[in-house]
Amino acid sequence: MNRNAIEIRGLRKSYGQQTVLGGIDLTVQEGTIYALLGPNGAGKTTLIHILTTLTDADAGTAKVAGYDVATERNGVKRSISLTGQFAAVDEMLTSRENLTMIGRLSGLTATETRARTAELLEIFDLTAAADKRVKTYSGGMRRRLDLAISLVTECPVLFLDEPTTGLDTTSRRALWDIIMQLKSRGITVFLTTQYLEEADQLADMISVISGGKVVATGTAEQLKSRVGGEVIELLDEHDNVVMSIPTSGSLHDVRQTLNGLGEKAAPGTRVTIRKPSMDDVFVTLTTTSTAASAIQTTNEEAAI
Amino acid sequence: MTTARAMERKTSFFTTNAVFIGRSIRLSLRNTEALLMAIILPVMLMLLFTYVFGGAIDATGDYVVYVVPGIILLCAGFGSSSTAVSVAEDMTNGIIDRFRTMPIQSVSVITGHIVASLARNLVATAIVIGAGHLVGYRSSASAGEWLAAIGVIALFILAFTWLFAAIGLSSGNPSAASGYGFALLFLPYLSSAFVPTSTMPSWLRGVADHQPITPVIETIRGLLNGTPIHDNGWLSLAWCLGLLAVAFIWCLLVFKRKAGRR
Repeated sequence: MNRNAIEIRGLRKSYGQQTVLGGIDLTVQEGTIYALLGPNGAGKTTLIHILTTLTDADAGTAKVAGYDVATERNGVKRSISLTGQFAAVDEMLTSRENLTMIGRLSGLTATETRARTAELLEIFDLTAAADKRVKTYSGGMRRRLDLAISLVTECPVLFLDEPTTGLDTTSRRALWDIIMQLKSRGITVFLTTQYLEEADQLADMISVISGGKVVATGTAEQLKSRVGGEVIELLDEHDNVVMSIPTSGSLHDVRQTLNGLGEKAAPGTRVTIRKPSMDDVFVTLTTTSTAASAIQTTNEEAAI
Repeated sequence: MTTARAMERKTSFFTTNAVFIGRSIRLSLRNTEALLMAIILPVMLMLLFTYVFGGAIDATGDYVVYVVPGIILLCAGFGSSSTAVSVAEDMTNGIIDRFRTMPIQSVSVITGHIVASLARNLVATAIVIGAGHLVGYRSSASAGEWLAAIGVIALFILAFTWLFAAIGLSSGNPSAASGYGFALLFLPYLSSAFVPTSTMPSWLRGVADHQPITPVIETIRGLLNGTPIHDNGWLSLAWCLGLLAVAFIWCLLVFKRKAGRR
């Protein structure tokens, strides 16, 4: 029976008049990767800050690794590691010195620290630059070091706030591999992202957050199926998508949709049918109700 | 399924502070510009006050004896002020969040800067005294008086460093910290550091006699040069300990506020 690594009930947070979190409920199973997907300003970082004891919630409860974030901070702190949105590294120090500093602060002995530092430098492909100041590092190297620092002691729950923002594709994939390896070692990873692909690739469970509320939770497949069975896309002669219409996926529905389009389509228009992407999910779930119903209307019109 | 276990270890108070002190000293040594400034400034001031202003202020050539304690404090004040910037930098970049999510006393990051500043400024003091020696400064002090003088200087450095740390914590960013801190650096000029306060207009004299730098300087002067100390010994202790207490509490309050909830 799996235990829960994170349990959030009715969590609220406002800054003055502005409600940042309007009652969040979430449960994260131990040993899974959980993605919190949402646009800028949705409240993702605030939630991470509350879960990592950096900020107090106004109402509601949150437990991390069985410890209450408000009343058992030290228990939480001993069980977590945070890689924040901005690389929390000391630029004037080398990566070896950064890792050593955190190792010693985490209670490792000098010998243990030395061994762990060497190991992490190797895993994160930083050995060659280990004795250069972090100031001279690229964004990807900084991110890798940041994550390495978070793993000096293997905490059961790892928080990653937008871990791959600003990284190139290669660095992003390298980080994804590392995150998957962490999961295979039993570490629970709670990450936030604005990238749908990232949530799709990594996460066992995804919650879509918008305006401080969880608007949907499920596996990537479940979320995609909420949007519909198949999406019909119309492409112009330059392969640009001119229209994208969700359908139930049944032959009847698809035929009806295409029939309905018949005369409207410009000559040279081509058709593809695909599974809904996380983009469709995201747009459907996070756009305002007007926009959402507009999509619905297109669907109905097309179906007639 | 195997579950990664938290390292249930406790980091001792001693280790935490040792790590942060080591970090701050390392940062001080790597900040080449500040380090050069800390060495060049005392020498420049020594030369400036002895050879440029000295003749005009005191034609007998004994001005160097008068001015050395003043330059010690001017340099100590200047050297401590970089603490405001270091602290503000730590509070604004992400590293403070990392320390705060670890099971340690994260306020030790400030203590690290304080101890590094003390070490830095005692070295600067040694440079001032060394440079003074080269331009003819001789002290009549016994070993005990030297120790007492160094003690007063160390206390002054601590008090001002905590004050600069509080300024660094309170200001939103490093350049603001540097700006606010700058104001404090004028205090030595409005004291008995360079001229006796008796030569100042009476309104200014009121200011100069009732601020911390004058009694501290007079105490150091008394210990090193054998001039009468009067009440200045107690006054300087009271000023330094008072400032220290205020700055310390100010730091803890601001740290708690900034590091507690955002």
